[in-house]
Amino acid sequence: MEDLIVRMVSRIVVPFIQVYGFYVILHGHLTPGGSFSGGAILGSSMILFALAFNLERGAKKLSHETSTIVECAGAGWFAILGLVGIYMGQNFLTNKEAGFYMGAPGDLVSSGAIVLITLGLGLKVASTVVTLFYSLIEVEGDAHD
Amino acid sequence: MMATILDMLLLLFLIVCAISVARTRDLLSAIIIFAAYSLIMAVVWQQLEAPDIAITEAAIGAGVTSLLLIATISKTRREE
Repeated sequence: MEDLIVRMVSRIVVPFIQVYGFYVILHGHLTPGGSFSGGAILGSSMILFALAFNLERGAKKLSHETSTIVECAGAGWFAILGLVGIYMGQNFLTNKEAGFYMGAPGDLVSSGAIVLITLGLGLKVASTVVTLFYSLIEVEGDAHD
Repeated sequence: MMATILDMLLLLFLIVCAISVARTRDLLSAIIIFAAYSLIMAVVWQQLEAPDIAITEAAIGAGVTSLLLIATISKTRREE
């Protein structure tokens, strides 16, 4: 797609979409939204960049292999944070008794492990959306014969 | 009263969008109408006081689903 207006507008808009996605992810324990919504916003900003410019420049920013690795790392991060509870002698995914910092209710850094889990899961959802897009767009061969 | 009229208009537009998605022959137009359907659905979720679902619907339904369907069309044919 060779369109100057689409390229300039997406170049301006993409950083704001990403900041909004990180805002939704980081405030997941305070306001509506969370890891799934914010991760979808982040991932669709990457897809918009890859669609407005050509696929090679999008893959230079975030390649298929990198998004696959980030996806697996997000799931592993969730499991590790759950295993911290078992390591401290409590149940899986224990929050306060496992020693996470609780903070004051309503602050940005509060609610213990929920912030960390939301951050990891947001990155996982974003990279899952990007991986879906790459897997769909990179299929070679004639589909309509 | 005003909220009821707004809900009626939104649901009417939702039905019109749903019928025209099924009746449109051009698949790219059908995808754009489907994105409009998801946007109206997000406003309906907000009217039902479920802002979490509204954000998810706007991001997934209007954003990611449309992009994935457009990517599918670029691999296949545009006409039905």
